[in-house]
Amino acid sequence: MSISSLCATRRVSLTIIRPSFSFLTNGHSIPYGVNFIRRTPSCSQSRITNVTRLFSSRPHNPKVPEVPTWKPVAEDQLPTPAHIPADLVDKLERLALVDFRTKQGLACLEKAIRFADQLHVVDTSGVDPMDSVLEDRALYLRDDTVMEGDCAEELLQLSKNTVEEYFVAPPGNIPLPKREERAAMLKHSEF
Amino acid sequence: MAASSVAASELLHNTSKHLSVLYSKAPCVIRQISTCLRCYNQPQLRAESASQQLVGVVGLEIHAQINSNTKLFSSSPVCFLAPPNSLVSFFDASLPGTLPVLNRRCVEAAVMTGLALDCTINRKSLFDRKHYFYADLPAGYQITQQRRPIAVDGMLTYSLLGGIKRSQVIKKNVHIKQIQLEQDSGKSLHDDVRSQTLIDLNRAGVGLMELVMEPDMSCGEEAAAAVRELQLILQALGTCQGNMSEGQLRVDANVSVHRPGEPLGIRTEVKNINSVRYLARAIDYEIQRQIDILQRGGTVQNETRAYDAKLGETIPMRDKEGLQDYRFMPEPNLPPLIVFEDNASLPAGIDACQAVVLQKIREGLPELPSVKRDRLVQMYGILPEHSFTLVNEDGLMEYFEAVLKETKAGPRKVTGWVTNELLGQLRQQDMSVAQSLISPLALAELLELQETGHISSSVAKQVFQEMWSSGKTALQIIQEQDLGLISDTAQLHSICQKVVDSHPDEVHAIRNGNKKVLNKLMGLVKKETRGRADPVLLLMRL
Repeated sequence: MSISSLCATRRVSLTIIRPSFSFLTNGHSIPYGVNFIRRTPSCSQSRITNVTRLFSSRPHNPKVPEVPTWKPVAEDQLPTPAHIPADLVDKLERLALVDFRTKQGLACLEKAIRFADQLHVVDTSGVDPMDSVLEDRALYLRDDTVMEGDCAEELLQLSKNTVEEYFVAPPGNIPLPKREERAAMLKHSEF
Repeated sequence: MAASSVAASELLHNTSKHLSVLYSKAPCVIRQISTCLRCYNQPQLRAESASQQLVGVVGLEIHAQINSNTKLFSSSPVCFLAPPNSLVSFFDASLPGTLPVLNRRCVEAAVMTGLALDCTINRKSLFDRKHYFYADLPAGYQITQQRRPIAVDGMLTYSLLGGIKRSQVIKKNVHIKQIQLEQDSGKSLHDDVRSQTLIDLNRAGVGLMELVMEPDMSCGEEAAAAVRELQLILQALGTCQGNMSEGQLRVDANVSVHRPGEPLGIRTEVKNINSVRYLARAIDYEIQRQIDILQRGGTVQNETRAYDAKLGETIPMRDKEGLQDYRFMPEPNLPPLIVFEDNASLPAGIDACQAVVLQKIREGLPELPSVKRDRLVQMYGILPEHSFTLVNEDGLMEYFEAVLKETKAGPRKVTGWVTNELLGQLRQQDMSVAQSLISPLALAELLELQETGHISSSVAKQVFQEMWSSGKTALQIIQEQDLGLISDTAQLHSICQKVVDSHPDEVHAIRNGNKKVLNKLMGLVKKETRGRADPVLLLMRL
């Protein structure tokens, strides 16, 4: 999650951590102290960057290191790069309903897998996997009393296509057509 | 009787391949009967295959809607019939920014069911997301418990009436693999005319208990008995109302066939079963269909089929396409669910309403059907099969106890009347006990009259039928048709004398030692008195 706050006043350096994968660059570290203007993160850097923040009222937080402290993992320590066959791409597209069959999309996916391969370097023998860092919190149990509901009008307003208080959807489970026909279909779809 | 009918069905089966067009319905029916007869009566050797015959293997997946006031993860109400989309909260509609909040009642219901079915309750259970796209699942995923469900490894013990006269109670077991909590999806109404689907999200988010059973059953009758037993247990616990026609209990059957000892065959899933009777029929049809395919040399396809009640057949469903990959992932918004053993193991400072304590739930479990049956047998001294029937039918036990209270007749007699006469009438007219045209008091009155000697037992049965069709009380019918026992000895004597006088040869035969003719004379006297004379007295007279 990007942490950035826009408060007007002083110029202070800010550390931004972005959730992304190294796409277009090939992994060399950025020289320190370079100013980056914040871009739309379609393919942004995957490292802790020092950015001069234009507006902020607080000095640099002592808990946050001034320079990045991690080093990239050497290529020979990672397992062989995964090759994604066209069938798998097709299956993933059907499961997630995401279109990424362009060359750029596939390259993106391969780099993402490469980035995740870095986890193989860590020795996890004898360690139970964690689901989330909040695992030790108590799960809140709610009483069985009615508090919500009865907002049909509000919900139906959200959909542009309703019939007598029902939401309208395309019929049943339309199987996705073959790859070749898919592009043509997208042009003519209504929903 | 059984042997000849199975032999006949064998013959029909062999010729049915040639005459299947002509006998389209009959072989199906007889084959269904023979499948189940094979299960429970004497095992028959089929002449067609020297090797072992194919047997069915049935596993059930049961979704039971939890009987709670609100849904599993949101506090919108749970109700069967309501205006569309009126019981939907923002979370149920999957609007962004909403989070799931677990309902304690649902957890307790799942734990109760797990304890009643002898399961091991997992102290720590986890929630997962199961992803698939369908219009009635607005979030695109269903929150379920796939990795670590709340209860595992249980046993459902059910009973069947088997044996020659279906009077033997046979106990069977089904292993329960796991019980998990999950969300229900909404309802979709398919409008094929305008090529659209109408979505009602009232049911979306309601808590379900999914019970996964091991494939321990072999025919429709077993599956039906198991589901019936489960219905009774859930209704006794109060965790589910168990009404299959209202969708509170949904059963999907996984059916395959194999030869005993060999690995399991390819299974098909049968859905859209709306009652326990249809379940038995659907499973039997599917087993037979698969046996036919294999005997013809084909292979069974792994598919999902829907049961069509009108045709009595399973047809492939067009919606499901191949094996789905659900991309299970841990639910990030819910930490693990912890269940505590007893009050001593509660962590400090925890609120009482935030803790689910096993010991308390175990102590609060109500009387389960199996315990009830044993209690009836012990308390009233009735036979186990009658106790089974009494508990099996809704309301029959209460009826039985009401009648027993009002009459001096013994429990066995009352049982006989209730399970034979009353139940026979109800079944014939497809009615439930609550709809019975004869109230417990009326039946008790009839039994009293029989007990005190006013009418004979055969007349009592007649009066019962009359009461059913006319709705009058027993006394009224007896008075109108003058069916009271003739207790006036003089009248009896004169009738007997008349009969004896009009049949001198028979009397002669009796005097010579032929006692059987006595029965003929008895019959004649009975005819004279129109069944109103007590046979014991008659015998003495003659």
